[in-house]
Amino acid sequence: MQTEIVGKPVPRKEGRSKVTGAARYVDDLSMPGMLYGATVRSPVARGRIRAVTFGEGIPWDEFVVVTAKDIPGENAVALILLDQPYLADGFVNHAEEPVLLLAHEDKHLLERARRAVTVDIEPLPAVFTLEESLAGKEIVWGEDNVFKTYLVDKGDVDEVWAQPDLLIVEGEYSTGAQEQLYIETNGVIAVANAAEGVTVWGSMQCPYYVHKALLKLFALPPERVRVVQCETGGGFGGKEEYPSMIGGHAALLSWKAGGRPVKIIYDRAEDMVATTKRHPSLTRHRTAVTREGKLVAMDIEFVVDGGAYATLSAVVLSRGTIHAAGPYTCPNVRVRSRAVATNVPPHGAFRGFGAPQSIFALERQLDKVAGAVGLSPAEFRRRNFIREGETTATGQVIREPVDMAGLLDRAFELTDYEAKRERFARENAENNSTQKRGIGFASFMHGAGFTGSGEDYLKSIVGAEADAEGRVRVLAASTEIGQGTNTIFAQIASNALGLDYDLVEMAQPDTGNVPDSGPTVASRTCMIVGKLVESAAVGLRQTLQGAGLLTEEYTQDGWREACRQYVERYGALKSFSQYKPPPGVHWDDEKYQGDAYGAYAWAVYVAEVTVDTLTYETRVDDFVAVQEVGKVVHPILAAGQIEGGVAQAIGFTLYENVVWQDGRMINNQMTNYVMPTSADLPPIRVHFEEQPYQYGPAGGAKGIGELPMDGGAPAILNAIEQATGVRFTHVPLMPEALMRGLNENR
Amino acid sequence: MSDEEMSREADVRCTVNGTTHTLRVRPMARLLDVLREDLHLTGTKEGCGEGECGACSVLIDGELVNSCLVPVLQVEGAQVQTIEGVTAGGAELHAVQQAFIECGGAQCGICTPGMVLAAVSLLAHTPQPTDADIRHGLAGNLCRCTGYMKIFDAVVRACERAGVKA
Repeated sequence: MQTEIVGKPVPRKEGRSKVTGAARYVDDLSMPGMLYGATVRSPVARGRIRAVTFGEGIPWDEFVVVTAKDIPGENAVALILLDQPYLADGFVNHAEEPVLLLAHEDKHLLERARRAVTVDIEPLPAVFTLEESLAGKEIVWGEDNVFKTYLVDKGDVDEVWAQPDLLIVEGEYSTGAQEQLYIETNGVIAVANAAEGVTVWGSMQCPYYVHKALLKLFALPPERVRVVQCETGGGFGGKEEYPSMIGGHAALLSWKAGGRPVKIIYDRAEDMVATTKRHPSLTRHRTAVTREGKLVAMDIEFVVDGGAYATLSAVVLSRGTIHAAGPYTCPNVRVRSRAVATNVPPHGAFRGFGAPQSIFALERQLDKVAGAVGLSPAEFRRRNFIREGETTATGQVIREPVDMAGLLDRAFELTDYEAKRERFARENAENNSTQKRGIGFASFMHGAGFTGSGEDYLKSIVGAEADAEGRVRVLAASTEIGQGTNTIFAQIASNALGLDYDLVEMAQPDTGNVPDSGPTVASRTCMIVGKLVESAAVGLRQTLQGAGLLTEEYTQDGWREACRQYVERYGALKSFSQYKPPPGVHWDDEKYQGDAYGAYAWAVYVAEVTVDTLTYETRVDDFVAVQEVGKVVHPILAAGQIEGGVAQAIGFTLYENVVWQDGRMINNQMTNYVMPTSADLPPIRVHFEEQPYQYGPAGGAKGIGELPMDGGAPAILNAIEQATGVRFTHVPLMPEALMRGLNENR
Repeated sequence: MSDEEMSREADVRCTVNGTTHTLRVRPMARLLDVLREDLHLTGTKEGCGEGECGACSVLIDGELVNSCLVPVLQVEGAQVQTIEGVTAGGAELHAVQQAFIECGGAQCGICTPGMVLAAVSLLAHTPQPTDADIRHGLAGNLCRCTGYMKIFDAVVRACERAGVKA
């Protein structure tokens, strides 16, 4: 019998099928009579559709053609608002907006047909940047282009500015869009007809989001719609909301084709040009600090570009807003934030979900403030780190032990930071080398789970069942997208029951078979859903013990025997567990005050760089990530999450530049949108401190997935500032911008 | 080649994972599609379709290539090995595959077949790779999940298994 499974690097559940190529992703599936589907999209950013014409030389009578008029239910992707159509109906609001769908059994002919359709649009003025949207250059959404605003107000910042003996430091920071760039593009297969309802198989993070969207699209009751997640080749947020769109499209084609299966797989160019990206952002800071370096006021304005429709922008904005003031104690904080509309494809979820943007701004600003006070960046932060019992910007009292200064010490020790900082300063000044070096860091936190009352609204459910052989299956809609859901859930359940890891498996996420455990987002899978897995598993044991079949202490054989007898006597053995908030958690949605998250992960990341002042290349030479994430359930998976997130953050900072032209991404290829290769990255050294979270599963796990996206950009730019003496304020920092900055500084 | 010639089907003879096939194909069809659709070897993945990501990597006569860039007529008479051929003939995993599982080299798994073949190819050419050899040897295969660190660990472990010190 297993003694200690938590903290052990057990083999990934689906590891073997992945290394042998046996794992089946949606494009690996085929069905008899299957058609291929394609999407005809808008060539312009905004305008009125005048006509759709079908060109010569295509046997159009062989094609299934779907327009907005063919939609059986409501032409709206159900998410937060119902403003985004599945197919444009008379009007388009962004380039590449879906207008018409085609299906045919020959995919080569299908592609020729797609190119033969012309959508004639009368163009209307459009806005392409958040600055244009804020200026009201054109009103393109609602009455004022604003999807959502928040105000976080602690103390009274306006009382502070006039106080004597304070330093006031201002700064403005911005971040660009970023493509998730999962290596498996979006794809689905659908079978839909009036007799059997709708079934969608696909690559996705959130089967129940797709389920909810299909109910609306087809006006069907829940039991007539089924959504099944296939093996999914990466998500990072990019398969949070978009599968509702592509899944609906394939289902509409199948419905029109009388139930023939329809497969839609985007090629890379379509996936990059048409689907969601990280929200571009603009942040303005005004900080008041005493001459001793104590924060007195932080006035923060945070704006994100949501694109053409509301989608998830309100929640992205929320997370960015709450993280904007970071892990510091400050008596007066005001965060005013807005998500605004532009005529670009809607921006969406991407690992970090607004937090990397606002944390980038804050951690750059604090280096500036430290300089103004005459303190080192580290000493300035030490004087302001939040501690147990103190309150965040939303007034949340930190009740867990938190030791940011300890994390900083550990990170500095691992990098020899202080000595390097001094040496680089000296060497950069003394020698005439074109290679300038720098070291910098960022300190930050990331809340796990949905914000505020979000988990309360979700009311997630997880089930567990045991068969007559004592094998346990976890029933959850939480998806394995590479991060290790299957493995950690099996660890948590086997740990709870004292069974072998091999005795526990995960059911395939299928809305016909598993309860709604909520979406696979927001660093919630381990901490929130994992806790439900644990309670559902414990429920199985309690049921067996309640039936008098299992003693308090038991062996694995005893467990098997108890399950055998239970199933024989009573039939299926199942247990379900539903989310309940931990005691003492309060959140005020109106005032945006209270306990924003159940728990936070805390971190300090250090980056070391070399900037070549001749070629304007920047290389990250070393990266150390120190974090406290509660109990580490699986050390290799956890380190893998951090390393992968840091790699994406390095891409976000130095390589990944979305080039826009008239609201359309024009470098929508892997050739000219560049993500880091194995030759580009430094050693990424990961260190965990473990401070068990009392309400977390498996002895106190917290969330981890998004955290590593947050610290890379500011740590690297802080290091570049040491190397070059230039205060860069925008990421991605491309060589051209580096060149301009250095030239202006000469 | 004219449109007509390109769409006229022809026979291509090649050996895939040790089995010789005569394939009736359009000569300019991508090897990737022929493997996946005609031979149902779906372990080879399409990530970008332009030779950047390496998800479609296969070995042709022992050389690592992106099968999305290879017209199938080019493999006439050649030996092709796909991920399915790495474990062919039994349940025994290749040392590289075993090391990927142990070291956390696979996360979402979509780049993994190509990455495993790139590692197999690297070790075939350079049995004792340095850290720089590994980094450059795998630089044609993109992974968005791992940040590559666990993949490097896996390659090193596979070398150690093979009794060679990296």
